[in-house]
Order: sequence, then structure tokens, then C-alpha cells
Amino acid sequence: MKSLLPLVIVLGLASIYGLWYQRSRGTVKEKSGQSIITQSMIGADFGSKATLVQFSSAFCTPCRATRTLLENIVAQMEDVKHVEVDAEANLELVRELNILSTPTTLILDSKGREVGRAVGAPKREQVIHALAALRE
Amino acid sequence: MTEVLVKKLSEVSIDARGPRFSAVLTTIVLAVALVTSNLWVVIAQAIVFAIGAIKGPQFTPYAYIFRSIIKPRLKGKAITEDVRPPQFAQSVGLLFALVAISGSIANLDVVFVVAVSFALAAAFLNAAFNFCLGCELYLLLLRVRLTHG
Repeated sequence: MKSLLPLVIVLGLASIYGLWYQRSRGTVKEKSGQSIITQSMIGADFGSKATLVQFSSAFCTPCRATRTLLENIVAQMEDVKHVEVDAEANLELVRELNILSTPTTLILDSKGREVGRAVGAPKREQVIHALAALRE
Repeated sequence: MTEVLVKKLSEVSIDARGPRFSAVLTTIVLAVALVTSNLWVVIAQAIVFAIGAIKGPQFTPYAYIFRSIIKPRLKGKAITEDVRPPQFAQSVGLLFALVAISGSIANLDVVFVVAVSFALAAAFLNAAFNFCLGCELYLLLLRVRLTHG
């Protein structure tokens, strides 16, 4: 089977997926806030205005950059907290919240309602925008 | 090197550009394997994957080429990353390579082509889009294990 066709198909499909991957990763998607998360579920207290819950795992390169970014954002906001959850140690929670990959960041309001979700290293300005929207 | 060896594996950080460069070479090698249907090319790549999976991605021949030829020519500060994500990716690559080799030995051309295609797609995505295989796959594998466990 000495043909270029399989190569062209594989690289074509991979490119389509790759472009979608690059566009979708890090984008903060608005959530209806229907799923309620409690402080005991994530094993940490909420921030008085908002909480950024980051799910991480061992084999995840952008998890470290995500941690740095989110810590940096909350450092300037007293009422927003960053909580990192080890996905591997909390698989039931991962399934309950339908988390499929790491890093996944949930933006919770003061009541624990999920108002936003970013899969992949979040874009800074979108996180700040989502937090600002929460304050109004 | 001794410093790296005495450290616990999970604490090792490597130049993040190394695995990306290795992914480029892997893409080329697997593309050649797919087009020529050559078993020996896949075996060679399987050995590289095995070194990366077992010993660590910084010990493969590709990493050696990166360190000795590419890195001295790169400008800018090296961003380091955890060694475990690329090591996981090498393990998945090894698995696909072994399936391809088994398929070829068993005269199952389709198995060979499909397995090489998946390994090629993953390497290409890593090289071109900085795709993180461990991020996408590891949690899903754990969730499947939880369901069946």
C-alpha cells in the first residue's frame, strides 16, 4: 500500500481537529449557573465574590501555566479565590461535573453556581471579563 | 545528568522546546512509515518511543539532536516544563507503534495503517498545534477505569 492518500487523509483530519482545538482551548464559556457546587465538594472555602476552581492532573503541561495565571489574577482581588483540585483524586466529582480534560477551570459565583467554564489554559482577559460581569 | 537522575521523576523539568522538536521528527518518521508501509521504520520509532516512555523523553536520540544541534542555535530564555506529560505521550506512542508492528507481523495491513495513522496524528498535533495528549486522554482513561472498576 505505497500511496500518499492515507498520509493526506491523516494530516487533513488532524489539521481540522487542531484548528478547532486551538480555537476552543482557553475560551471562557458562559454557563447558566444551574449546577451548584458546594464548599465541601471541592474541599475549600469560597471567595466572597467568586471562586476559580481549577482541575489539574499529572500529565498536563498547561496546568502549571494555568495555576500561575489564576494565582496572579486573584492576587489583585481580595474577594476572589483560586482553588486547585487534583482530578485524579476526585474522579467522582470530575464525573459529576462532566470534566473531560485538564486543565478545566470553573468560575463560581459566591453561592457556588457555575457561571463560566474554560477548558485548557484560560485566556486572561476572558477570566477577568467573566469576574467583572459577576460584580455588577 | 547525575543531578537529573537522583531527583524524583516527578520533579524533573526539561526545556519545553525539546518535546516539540521531537514531535516534529516523530511526525516525519511516521509519515515516511505510513507512505512506504515500512515495518522497520516503525520499529525504529518504537525504540525511540520506548526510551522516551521508560527512561524519559530527554534521553531519546531526538532529544540528543535537540540538545547538541538545535538548542545552541535558539535564542531566548528556555521555558521549562514537567517531564511527565511528554513521557505519557511517548507511552501512548509506544502502544500504537507496538499495535502497528503486531498488525504487520500478523499480515493485517489495516491494523498497521490505522495504528501508524493515530500515532502520526498525535505527533503532528503536538508539533503543529502544541497539542497536549496527556491533558485530553489521561482523565478519560481514568474515568473509563472508574466505570469498569
